[in-house]
Amino acid sequence: MTYQEFKDIFYNGLWKQNTGVVQLLGLCPILAVSSSVVNGVSLGIATAVVMALSGAAIAPIRNVVPNEARIPVFILIIAVLVTVVQYAMNAYMYTLYVVLGIFIPLIVTNCIVLARIEAFASKQPPLQSATDGFAMGLGLTAVLAILGGVRELFGHGTLLSGIDMVFGATAKSWVITVVPGYHGFLLAILPPGAFVTLGLLIALKNWINLRAEQKKSQRSIAILPATAG
Amino acid sequence: MAAFFSPFISKPDSVAQIMLKVLLALLPGIAMYVWYFGPAILVSLTLASITALATEAAMLKLRNRPVAPFLKDNSALLTGWLLALSIPPLAPWWLVVVGTAFCIAVAKHLYGGLGNNPFNPAMIGYAVLIISFPVQMTHWLTPHGLGTTELTFADQLAYIFSSTLPEGVKLDAITMATPLDNLKTHLHLDEHVSDILNMPIYGRLAGQGSEMVAWGFLLGGAYLLASRIISWHIPAVYLGTLFAIAGVFHLVDPAHYVTPLFHWFSGAAMIGAFFILTDPITSPTTHKGKLVFAAGAGLLTYLIRVYGGFPDGMAFATLLMNICVPLIDTYTQPPVFGKKDGVSGNKEKH
Repeated sequence: MTYQEFKDIFYNGLWKQNTGVVQLLGLCPILAVSSSVVNGVSLGIATAVVMALSGAAIAPIRNVVPNEARIPVFILIIAVLVTVVQYAMNAYMYTLYVVLGIFIPLIVTNCIVLARIEAFASKQPPLQSATDGFAMGLGLTAVLAILGGVRELFGHGTLLSGIDMVFGATAKSWVITVVPGYHGFLLAILPPGAFVTLGLLIALKNWINLRAEQKKSQRSIAILPATAG
Repeated sequence: MAAFFSPFISKPDSVAQIMLKVLLALLPGIAMYVWYFGPAILVSLTLASITALATEAAMLKLRNRPVAPFLKDNSALLTGWLLALSIPPLAPWWLVVVGTAFCIAVAKHLYGGLGNNPFNPAMIGYAVLIISFPVQMTHWLTPHGLGTTELTFADQLAYIFSSTLPEGVKLDAITMATPLDNLKTHLHLDEHVSDILNMPIYGRLAGQGSEMVAWGFLLGGAYLLASRIISWHIPAVYLGTLFAIAGVFHLVDPAHYVTPLFHWFSGAAMIGAFFILTDPITSPTTHKGKLVFAAGAGLLTYLIRVYGGFPDGMAFATLLMNICVPLIDTYTQPPVFGKKDGVSGNKEKH
């Protein structure tokens, strides 16, 4: 795998084909667990791990699996990997496991996992596939982190609440209270707040792209007379 | 050469003129509000106006639109006023500011500005506030002569801006649940309608004071009808539907269901019928569509009031029917001349 290939895969996963704000796949967990940074990032990482592993596991057998039976075979492999992640979380991060609840096993049915397998891993070699799964998962994690951060900040006035679920009781002091004595803005925590915030994030991403394009075209216009003259 | 030829068509009112007339039509209701509940409502109206204009200007600037002509069309002002009139007048200042800013920035401009918003902005603001701040949204003022203590205007100002009350005054002494809310609570306790309505907070038709505010809005609505800013379809069918359903329930079981007039004169039914549902942007364009829209809103208002968890059903009924407007418009399009089918004209082929 060349460096350029590697770069392209990461650029796709983190920005150009971002699962959260461009492909809009797997919206159900995105909207359901992004009520705080810790919840969002935890599920994002769990998904990224599953996606990387499933990419690595499915790419080697891509030429052996009959086309007609590929979906159940892929799902079965993804389900095995999700079960592994689920049991690991159950064993080492029990409180977080309880908080995320049904959304950990539901990673199996998250369409983004199968979508990347179909679009990428079933056509590319294992190393690239694993990288793609990981990059896509990382892009998802970034969106979940921002979404969770914005919702937590507006909803409760804190950041990183519940961090002790991941790093143990000593991490309790890491919670940042941004606005002390905050009234709380319940809408941000409730599902409609997730939709509104995600919509704003998508708008922000499109706006950045638009600005970049405008700058590019302006630059080329600025260069033109110089070359022509 | 000053020759004039037919047709002589009078120039239609501009958006600004129409909005100004709607604002004027709100005045009788506001006057009643001040008379029965004190001048606190004027403070929230002022706050809402300032926030609405400031947010409108900021959003127009961000969207690279001309600021002055749009600010002068009075539409932001109307949104702010409608929101201020639907939340408790004694609400803390930030509640009005947050709600109005949300109305204008999110519900209006993010959807493309005036004329493009699918939902009534004021009702979106109300929904956001009642979901996010349920406690502050239930502190309604007690009308004059009912509370144990009454606040002076200075006290009201102090409460709105710093949440402090004069010594010895408890919030419960100056606020109460709305008549609709109170009715619901007591009905849940298995009391009879006739006993509940004997409580001092009820007047002739509905809540003491608030029924007069509803009369004020009815008067303003009559002015809007007379000056042809709104057509009769939405208010008549909305109030008619509400009356019919409430009437049936009341006739069958008068001990547990209040009179249709109670429903007309409490909550937001009157202001909703004439000022909120009739918003030309968020209501259907065809007359037939308006009938369907208003009937649906009436039915939903009744259902949410009687069976729902919220004190009034007007806002959610409006928003739910707003979603249906594109569908209603599609199916109520009058057929184009020469075609049998109004919707697509494709049926003839089959």
